[in-house]
Amino acid sequence: MIYGTGFGFDLTKEMEVSALYSKIVILDFPSQSAQRPIVCQLVKQYDLMFNILKARISSKKEGHMVLEISSAGRAAFNKGITYLKEQGVRVSTPEHKIYKDEEKCTHCGACTAVCPTDALYIKRPEMEVIFDLNKCSLCERCLLTCPVRAMGLFSDDLKETA
Amino acid sequence: MSTCQVNKTYEEINAKIAAGEAVVVTAEEIIDIADKEGIVEAARKVDVVTTGTFAPMCSSGAFINIGQSRPVIRTTKTWFNNVPAYSAIAAVDCYLGATAVCEDDPLNKYHPGEFNYGGGHVIQDLVAGKQVHLKAESYGTDCYPNLAIEKTVTLKDLPNAILCSPRNAYQNYNCAINRSDKTKYTYMGTLKSHVSNANYSTSGCLSPLFNDPYLKTIGLGTRIFLGGAQGYVTWTGTQHKKDVDRGLNGVPLSPAGTLSVIGDLKQMSPEWLVGQSIRGYGASLAVGLGIPIPILNEEILKYTSVSDEEIFTQIVDYGHDYPQGISKSYGRVSYAELKSGTITIKGEKIPTVPLSSMVKARTIARILKTEIQKSRFYIGVPQHLFC
Repeated sequence: MIYGTGFGFDLTKEMEVSALYSKIVILDFPSQSAQRPIVCQLVKQYDLMFNILKARISSKKEGHMVLEISSAGRAAFNKGITYLKEQGVRVSTPEHKIYKDEEKCTHCGACTAVCPTDALYIKRPEMEVIFDLNKCSLCERCLLTCPVRAMGLFSDDLKETA
Repeated sequence: MSTCQVNKTYEEINAKIAAGEAVVVTAEEIIDIADKEGIVEAARKVDVVTTGTFAPMCSSGAFINIGQSRPVIRTTKTWFNNVPAYSAIAAVDCYLGATAVCEDDPLNKYHPGEFNYGGGHVIQDLVAGKQVHLKAESYGTDCYPNLAIEKTVTLKDLPNAILCSPRNAYQNYNCAINRSDKTKYTYMGTLKSHVSNANYSTSGCLSPLFNDPYLKTIGLGTRIFLGGAQGYVTWTGTQHKKDVDRGLNGVPLSPAGTLSVIGDLKQMSPEWLVGQSIRGYGASLAVGLGIPIPILNEEILKYTSVSDEEIFTQIVDYGHDYPQGISKSYGRVSYAELKSGTITIKGEKIPTVPLSSMVKARTIARILKTEIQKSRFYIGVPQHLFC
């Protein structure tokens, strides 16, 4: 199970009593820190677990990672995120990057063939296509699979201000 | 003539519609009604059952007359937003097909291609009232000397635009899997290797031709919901097959009937004609189509009461068999199983993926119901039946 509603950490009661707090985050490493071991400290110092969903280094030597971080509670999670930010890592979440245009979506379901995390799924019996941002790993496979291009990425400018 | 206990004529049903007294239900609603009341009693009560479907229908397109220029032209080539239309008709008529793609589209050179803009998108832009760049050429004649024209138009500027599709509303379609070891990008959507998903395309119990499997009420002149307006059935569609294996309820077990349809594009809406970019395959047009079935007797009512549990299709391998023209089925599944989210193939659970929108199909059936109830939509009396 993946919980969490965003970076306001306005967690509901249900989430606080849950056994494991888990959230997908996007990490952008500036070129000066991309070469240093940073995320391993989340395990070593902050007792967090993570699952790497995506990792790449750009031609400008900047790092980009998508992690699903799990912890015993949100306090531990927050400490880990604070550490990352102190290291100059830009932390964001999928809702800052990707969206589903509800006006365009026809609820055909074609996207559900390629979504690896079931972030795009069919709600039954209505047969509506739902996008659960909390499960999105930002693989971007839906972008070109959607026949009406209802899935979109916010521009880089917007991302900075988000 | 009939051994049925209930017998209604088209005229009687239309008189009830005119009086605002017709009892109209959707093809989903009729299932419970028939179950509770029995088919005879249900046929007595219900006058019309409405259906709907919304999915990519590649054999779609529009005849468009672009209007004359001075000096006059007989176009031999025509483009809308750089998408070519068939122009070997005269003088400024052309046919814009849904699967035509932009001249500068890289197609599948970088596989799988994106196919961002094609004929289906032009049709959607036109009905949305957007400006479209029009270009046409000719070799010139004494009577039509103009060699080239170029203008920006909206649908309003075009003298005529008729949606005219040779094959829509397929009665049943394959459930597609991919047994190969590579992802396949098909008109049945993205199919992952090693049978990792099973794609299907139908509105099932709401689908028009599943509710009248022998086309006993659907013929030339049947009035339909087409692209948001009233359109008509003109003939059976291309690839139409009626001699196929059927279940005991008469419903075909593999792709069978199709319809060719026509309607005034100028009255249609971008909500019900939606351009499609099908990855690795091409451009297309998703069409909203619905047919009201007049309940002439309890036999017709029984057909309309069909549920997803009673409609079956075959599983076909699009990784190897289909592209090679090999006709082979990997089993039979019901649409109830397909709509549940998983099917079992050789003991393994496979996630299913719909390509046809149930949400939109339901809306069409509901719109048709309301239109008939409000005496704005009458049953078209077929002038010729295909069965």
